[in-house]
Amino acid sequence: MALAEKVTSPRLFVQAQTRWRPAEIVFWLATLLPYVLFPNYLSLASQIAIAGLFALSLDLILGYAGIVSLGHAAFFGVGAYTAGLLSKYGWGEPLTGLAAAALAAGIVGYATSFVICRFRHLALIMLTLGFGLLLAELANTLGWLTGGMDGLQGIHTWKLLGIFRFDLYGRAAYAYALAVLFVLFLFARRLIHSPFGLSLRGIRENFVRMPAIGAPSRAHIRAIYTIAAALAGIAGALLAQTTETVSLDSLGFERSAEVVVMLVLGGTGRLYGGLVGAIVYMIARDQFSGIVPQYWYFWIGILLVAVVMFLPNGILGGLAKLSRWSRP
Amino acid sequence: MLPPIVGVLFDGLAYGMLLFLLSVGQSVTLGMMNFINLAHCSFAMLGGYITVALMNRYGVPFFDTLPCAFVVAALVSVAFERTLFRRLYRAGELDQVLLTIGIVFISVSIAAYVFGTDQQPLQLPGYLRSSITFMGIRFAIYRLVLLGLALIITLALVLGIEYTRFGARVRAAVDNERMARGLGINVDRTFAITFALGSGLAGLGGALAIEIVGLDPSFAFTYLVYVLIVVSVGGLGSISGSFAAAIVLGISDVAGKYYIPQLGAFLIYLVMISLLMWRPLGLLGRR
Repeated sequence: MALAEKVTSPRLFVQAQTRWRPAEIVFWLATLLPYVLFPNYLSLASQIAIAGLFALSLDLILGYAGIVSLGHAAFFGVGAYTAGLLSKYGWGEPLTGLAAAALAAGIVGYATSFVICRFRHLALIMLTLGFGLLLAELANTLGWLTGGMDGLQGIHTWKLLGIFRFDLYGRAAYAYALAVLFVLFLFARRLIHSPFGLSLRGIRENFVRMPAIGAPSRAHIRAIYTIAAALAGIAGALLAQTTETVSLDSLGFERSAEVVVMLVLGGTGRLYGGLVGAIVYMIARDQFSGIVPQYWYFWIGILLVAVVMFLPNGILGGLAKLSRWSRP
Repeated sequence: MLPPIVGVLFDGLAYGMLLFLLSVGQSVTLGMMNFINLAHCSFAMLGGYITVALMNRYGVPFFDTLPCAFVVAALVSVAFERTLFRRLYRAGELDQVLLTIGIVFISVSIAAYVFGTDQQPLQLPGYLRSSITFMGIRFAIYRLVLLGLALIITLALVLGIEYTRFGARVRAAVDNERMARGLGINVDRTFAITFALGSGLAGLGGALAIEIVGLDPSFAFTYLVYVLIVVSVGGLGSISGSFAAAIVLGISDVAGKYYIPQLGAFLIYLVMISLLMWRPLGLLGRR
């Protein structure tokens, strides 16, 4: 990499990484376009923002710390049910709802992280899968609390900041989801480019050697797993508040698989990978489901095989490669 | 007279044997070749649909459809192995998981397209549907047949890998691929045959499973979880480990559903997580 040759001190390296690139500014300005260009698709846009936040939270553990999780929807679901239940039982204020969801999902994440940090490879995948299934089964069993198969009914979200009402067109919903996404993205970006983020990447590359240079692998994994769980919980809460319903599939295996697909489609370990993946995936689903809804899975399958075979680093990885080629 | 718990144990054992038949192929491919094949149950589902289609559309007897299920699943899996899976033997687990989960998605859609989303009816011959009563407990003939088949397959696999020339080639290719190539072993072909064997066994397991668990397009997903549990709890590459794990999980699942039905599938997941935390390499895992 040309960058690494020029940069001599670690401080300069971190600074060079954190600098805002023009493409990033254009990307965030473009997220405002739906208000002008597609005012009828704002509820889809808010769902994309939520999915993007969820994929971003997975990227923190999968892309940066190398923890392959097939049960990340567990935290999404915990957040969604926390916000939903709070609102159902009389407290529908959105922002405190988000905080409560982050707290609940973070606590569950912290509790499971003690197990997660001790395993690698297949056992780790199986444990994340097992925890996800266990939680989904628990929500199903506690039908009196969660509404079981029928979903959680009777959620009412209050006005945002006491001013903006969540309407059918999703104007407030998109602004709300986008603002939350942007703030949390800034947080994730800061985190990834900190020394802590760098040592996470070290752990991804070599779990055993990092403690030897003074980075405690297990403590770092516990920390990032808890943070990722809290972010996923916030994404779940956003979905619960903007759609005013929570169903069992917010915890299910399909959602866990879906978010992995989004992230890999966009490119792992790139911060923007989850966001780009969410945009492409959600728009494709919206379009394909319009034609033949029941065969949407066929196209996801084809997409997955194609990405693994031809685009090993996702869309963003492919673009980066293209831009390197085009340069002399 | 035997106490009723013997009946529960027998049903659990038969269910465990079913899980074993479904997962033994996965144990071979995952343990021997280090390839995480989440599409394993798609091959099992293929075997199941072959049996149903042959019996219901062409009137082929049940036992004659079983070899067909084995052969078709094996052949289809080899086609996939040669074109797609082979390139990922050295890739990370994430790539393998993604590719094979993509194939699961595709297979579920195709099954729904060809056969519809309903449960497939299966009419077994009369002598298989009867049962014998021994000391006050009824033992279904079909479950006894399952038990017998599973025991025969376990024995054949363990002996085959341990004592035949082909088994020795497989072990050599897994332990040190370059050295095995140097000794003139055709590693590619060895892996392809191993893979075909594993998927063929899945097809056979799928065909045998329909009578007990039914068959619809979600089969590939539902039983994938069980297969992964059996394989990872049993220990990678350990056939006797999978056998033990399948029995433990089968009995705890059936017993849980008999005695504490409100827990549902909760128990089997709990058993899996505790076993994995106690022994992350599986009950009889070596590496």
